[in-house]
Amino acid sequence: MAKYFDMLMEDVRMREGLKACMNCGVCTAICPAAEFYDYDPRQIVETVQSRDDERIEELLRSDTIWYCGQCMSCRPRCPRGNTPGYIIQCLRLLSQRLGFFVESEKGRQQLAIKRTIGENILRTGYCLVPRKILPEMHPEQGPVWRWVFNNDRDVYALFTPTYRQEGAGPVRKIDEQTLEEIHRIFEVSGGKELFDCIEHYSDQKACEMGYGGATREYMMDTFTKNSAEEL
Amino acid sequence: MKRSNWEEYQKSIADDKYYYARSCIRQNFFPGSEKAFLDIMQRDLGKEVFDDPLHTSCTGIGYHSDIVPLETIMTVVARQFALMNEAGYENFISSCITSFGIYTELLSTWEEFPETEERTRENLYKATGREFVKPKNLAHTSDIMFHHRHAIAERMTRPLINVNTGEPLRVVEHIGCHYAKIFPKKGIGGSEFPYVLAGMIEAWGGEVVDYPERRHCCGFGFRNYLVQANRGYSVANSQKKLESMAPYKPDFIVCNCPGCAMFLDKWQYTVAEMEGITYGRGGRGIPVLTYEEMAGLVLGYDPWKLGMQMHQVDVEPLLDKMGVEYDPSAKYLGPNGKYIGKPEPAIVNHRSQRNLYSIKL
Repeated sequence: MAKYFDMLMEDVRMREGLKACMNCGVCTAICPAAEFYDYDPRQIVETVQSRDDERIEELLRSDTIWYCGQCMSCRPRCPRGNTPGYIIQCLRLLSQRLGFFVESEKGRQQLAIKRTIGENILRTGYCLVPRKILPEMHPEQGPVWRWVFNNDRDVYALFTPTYRQEGAGPVRKIDEQTLEEIHRIFEVSGGKELFDCIEHYSDQKACEMGYGGATREYMMDTFTKNSAEEL
Repeated sequence: MKRSNWEEYQKSIADDKYYYARSCIRQNFFPGSEKAFLDIMQRDLGKEVFDDPLHTSCTGIGYHSDIVPLETIMTVVARQFALMNEAGYENFISSCITSFGIYTELLSTWEEFPETEERTRENLYKATGREFVKPKNLAHTSDIMFHHRHAIAERMTRPLINVNTGEPLRVVEHIGCHYAKIFPKKGIGGSEFPYVLAGMIEAWGGEVVDYPERRHCCGFGFRNYLVQANRGYSVANSQKKLESMAPYKPDFIVCNCPGCAMFLDKWQYTVAEMEGITYGRGGRGIPVLTYEEMAGLVLGYDPWKLGMQMHQVDVEPLLDKMGVEYDPSAKYLGPNGKYIGKPEPAIVNHRSQRNLYSIKL
């Protein structure tokens, strides 16, 4: 049986990203995530290539697949034309579709990303907007960002007449018809379905963990807690 | 491997008539850079660039953090192309490296797996009633700046020269992973011998600094920055680059990708606050510029009109080396000279006691 492998191969990125891996480890040598985490893209490719359902399911339920930073440094270096970064994208998508992502701490963070970046896209048409980069959530942004945030209308007015208003220019307000088109695109192409799937499995897991559902408290815990730091 | 092996890594870049797609990160953190790009192209060089209010994010940050599926981003991108067609343009230029990587990847995927293009056309029509023709030419906005670098050099008023020593300024350039690592042949010089920024630096009088971790990621890592619990990954990777470049004593860093520019700037602040370490000369951070800011400075633009007051690492040490005349008291003023307060001081700008040089050199 190779049901997970077959499911993965339905994604064109698998066909592009997995030829035949000889396990040389060049991807791991160049990988920024492998330097920072206990992470080894070579082993991931080897596991997927084994077609072993048990091993692949273990991967789909693990923190491991969520460490990759998607820099794609592995892609130009592989002597066999594989792209571990693409394989990771397919594993993550399958992990979410099957609800396995909630079984790992790093996987559960998908709810926080959906509720920040995902909802920004649907509400504003952008992945991020200044009013959503809250200084208390982003202490690393420093005092200059705090000053920009606190004076946003004046600061952006230096560079554009259309800050949060319709018309051409940076950080403009995107018109309602355009946002409607983006919503419809998400509906017809599976984006909305993935958002709902993340919410559904997160809610189930949050109940199981005693949160009473995928509340803001649960979401913030996925966003801020790192058990590796508590060790 | 010889550099000549990579000479094939050139690309065709359109000379005029561009459809401009803005960047989520650049417009947030460097709105003056996007303005400068348009001003330089339209006013200084007389090029036609269309700034369309109807386009949106490509959703690339969502795609690479795995909440936006491939079919969805394909359809959003197809909509951008449809808007370009409707506006009467064929040359699509993106102000974002993540987007540039996305556009490149999707065009290639459509070529290799035509059924995905067909499905995208169906999805786009169903969702919006629009149809699209693929761009004749796709480029990142830095490719456009590179393409016109000699015309900019002809108008240059402040070359990248240290006015105190007469020596070229030493510049670290960072092209950003998604510019050339995904499709090396779509980036000038590929991912091994990146030349898009180096070409500008050389044309404008500076000297490119080579250093061991030149090709290392800035550390963004998508979900590794987006989720607060993971940000150790992001700062650690930036720190690795900064430690590698510092012994070469760069006068500034210039970035291709808006995310990289923001991270290499903000993580210097964070490292200074957490560990008291700075990487530039005199106990300060290394200024980090966008290529639009670099072009604006050599063309004589006012640094505050370029938005350089929005950086966390002060740029004044660089401005002084270049002989830029600027009004220090105007740095943090709002429109029409309105006083709007100013940021709190930070260690990265105020002579840290623990400079990397005193530790390692």
